[in-house]
Amino acid sequence: MSSDNPPTRMASGVDLHAVRPYGDTLSDGLVQLSFSLPIPPGPEAREAARRLAAQMGLNEPQIYHEADLGYGFSFWILYGKCRFHVDLTRIVVPKIEAPAMSLEEINDLLREKAGRRLRVVGACSGTDAHTVGIDAILNMKGFAGEYGLERYPAFEVFNLGSQVPNEVLLAKVRELKADAVLVSQVVTQKDVHLNNLAEWVDMVEADGLRNDLLMVCGGPRITHEVALELGFDAGFGTGTTPRTVAAWIAHEWVRRHG
Amino acid sequence: MERKLDLDPGAIARSRDAAGNIAEEVLRFAADRTTVSIERAVLRWMGVEGGDADCIPLVNRVVDAAVAAGLLEDGIALPFAEAVRSSGLDPSGAARAISEGRLALARPAPGHEEAARAIARDLAETGSERIRRTNRTRQAFLDRLGEGPRPLLYVIVASGNIHEDTVQAQVCAKAGAQVIAVIRSTAQSLLDYIPEGATTEGYGGTYATQANFRIMRAALDEASEDVGRYVRQCNYASGLCMPEMATLGALERLDVMLNDALYGILFRDINMQRTLTDQAFSRRVSAAAGILINTGEDNYLTTADAFESAHTVLASELINEQIALRCGLKPWQLGLGHAMQMNPFREDMFLYEVAQARMVREIFPECPLKYMPPTKYMTGDIFRGHVQDALFSLASVMTGQGIHLLGMMTEAMHTPHIHDRTLALEATRMIVTAARHLEDEVQFKPGGIVQTRAREVLGRAQGLLEQVRDEGLFGALANGRFADIRRTPEGGRGLDGVLAKGPRYWNPVEDALDALLAEGAPEVTE
Repeated sequence: MSSDNPPTRMASGVDLHAVRPYGDTLSDGLVQLSFSLPIPPGPEAREAARRLAAQMGLNEPQIYHEADLGYGFSFWILYGKCRFHVDLTRIVVPKIEAPAMSLEEINDLLREKAGRRLRVVGACSGTDAHTVGIDAILNMKGFAGEYGLERYPAFEVFNLGSQVPNEVLLAKVRELKADAVLVSQVVTQKDVHLNNLAEWVDMVEADGLRNDLLMVCGGPRITHEVALELGFDAGFGTGTTPRTVAAWIAHEWVRRHG
Repeated sequence: MERKLDLDPGAIARSRDAAGNIAEEVLRFAADRTTVSIERAVLRWMGVEGGDADCIPLVNRVVDAAVAAGLLEDGIALPFAEAVRSSGLDPSGAARAISEGRLALARPAPGHEEAARAIARDLAETGSERIRRTNRTRQAFLDRLGEGPRPLLYVIVASGNIHEDTVQAQVCAKAGAQVIAVIRSTAQSLLDYIPEGATTEGYGGTYATQANFRIMRAALDEASEDVGRYVRQCNYASGLCMPEMATLGALERLDVMLNDALYGILFRDINMQRTLTDQAFSRRVSAAAGILINTGEDNYLTTADAFESAHTVLASELINEQIALRCGLKPWQLGLGHAMQMNPFREDMFLYEVAQARMVREIFPECPLKYMPPTKYMTGDIFRGHVQDALFSLASVMTGQGIHLLGMMTEAMHTPHIHDRTLALEATRMIVTAARHLEDEVQFKPGGIVQTRAREVLGRAQGLLEQVRDEGLFGALANGRFADIRRTPEGGRGLDGVLAKGPRYWNPVEDALDALLAEGAPEVTE
């Protein structure tokens, strides 16, 4: 994820028009899989697990482990050969467009173009209490050896913490005249995070604030593509470092206002 | 307890002294106050159950009515008992009549006061009797079935649906779990009422309700018979309803409850005046009911660095211990929290973690301790996560921890799937069995990495405790001494539910608690 990584290289002989999983031989399609079934183990359950794997697209599904979880449940570990392939050359994924910049470069850019500190509001919104993500991006201390946005003279940061209802967040965004809002969603169940994010976008739009705000979301289940579908300007997934977010905010603000 | 770390007994004693002073200041503050949740707990103790047509708990309706009538500063017990006396209804019936406006709350007329007080004392005694019975039932289970060796293996269920939770809990019991905790629905700690009834919709967990407590208790009792071991039930006496949760736990035979005001202040932004007052009452309830409490220091290390801030965990544990002992809890009831949260790629991380885990063990030799698995550096790489959890299990068994929360390879991803727990239980059982007597065999090199680290953490904890004693706990929290988080005495949720006790304040449940504590809560350890 860091720009310091060695350049990506392709394994030789791969057909980019037909990519399939790799176990130990090109195009063998080998996949590992585990799941539980709400039936006790036994010969019929074994066949049921095998057939399910076959219907998932695995040729020669092979059961390597079965266990009795008790109370009518069983656990299965299988391997099989995936019969599908994908054409890599036809895949287009929206990506965040922001140049890699250092902390100093970001500060210099905003000092020159904005002439003031950008106000960044962050929250772990809805019912989510897990602030590890938003804290990593915003707190002074930062994450993975990079300082958080609080450390940047170019930003004035307001971290509202956990379980912030969207109504409260909206009121805060108004009160603080935020330039950018970062919403974090870490732990989820039954897609509650998506509903919450969609509601947030709707509320901001209904309130007429949408065009004044850089709207960002982040979390382990967030991709830039999902974020765009939900109506955000950017989405950041696991492993994102503070500098990446800072650079995007700076770059995007300047693109819009500079 | 064998002393392997060459810790300075003087430093431990001075730290404990400072923590004792801090605890006394907190408890003096709490003694002069009551809260809406304490008064609702009094009603629950006295037998009020159920909700109104809108599912608002009757205890909330009655206490709100008392607030509106300006009666609460003297305690809910007397005006409520007068309502029971004048109406001739049972407690829940009287509460319902009050909530429907058919019965008014008022102080008894002088001629009726003694009769009302007698009714209040009787109702309080009914609650006490139920708690004595609950304690005896638990003791009978333990005498007959036992509960297996320490560390107690503790797992969570959190499907959101109590009926799915019971299935998963039973599967866990079969796989070796000794404590089953039902994680509450996210943000329940911020509700100033306890939802009513059996629930099937929750986010990140399942609502804690009296009905759900009963459903899970029945499922665990059934599983206990199936596996031939008593399986403990755990939930949360925390958040804005801490005293009520402790009371329901006592009435419905919960065995373990999370209970830590500092956690609520720091991580849920609950007002410190409110929750420290609530905590004093709830700890007395847990003490009387033989409930083992768990504290939440482990969470400090999710925001602060686990290496730099290890001493804040120890300092907070000492404060929690001193408060708890003064509330009547016995050392065997104190599952003080700590955790393995260092960066797993840090050189000698395992040695530092063992040093800290063993240090806590030696400073609290009679407490079971609650050891929490890695969460901060769990990534979604389930294979690596399983290994991190294995390191944690090894540290746990070799340092003699009493309650071992199982790490899940799917930590940081989703609430566990049914096999995640079984895989974790199998791996942990393998490790604690394979290394059962490692603790007895291991000595640490004098002046080596482990001893040096433990002494250093103790020294810094002593310094912090002396600083907190000088600032006062409220001041220390305002100055961000714990978890790098700052909280003010007037900030956070729930301050409007705190009342200074009036000159006529009377609470027969406090007297009932005194009586139960004087009888001595049964010691339910093996």
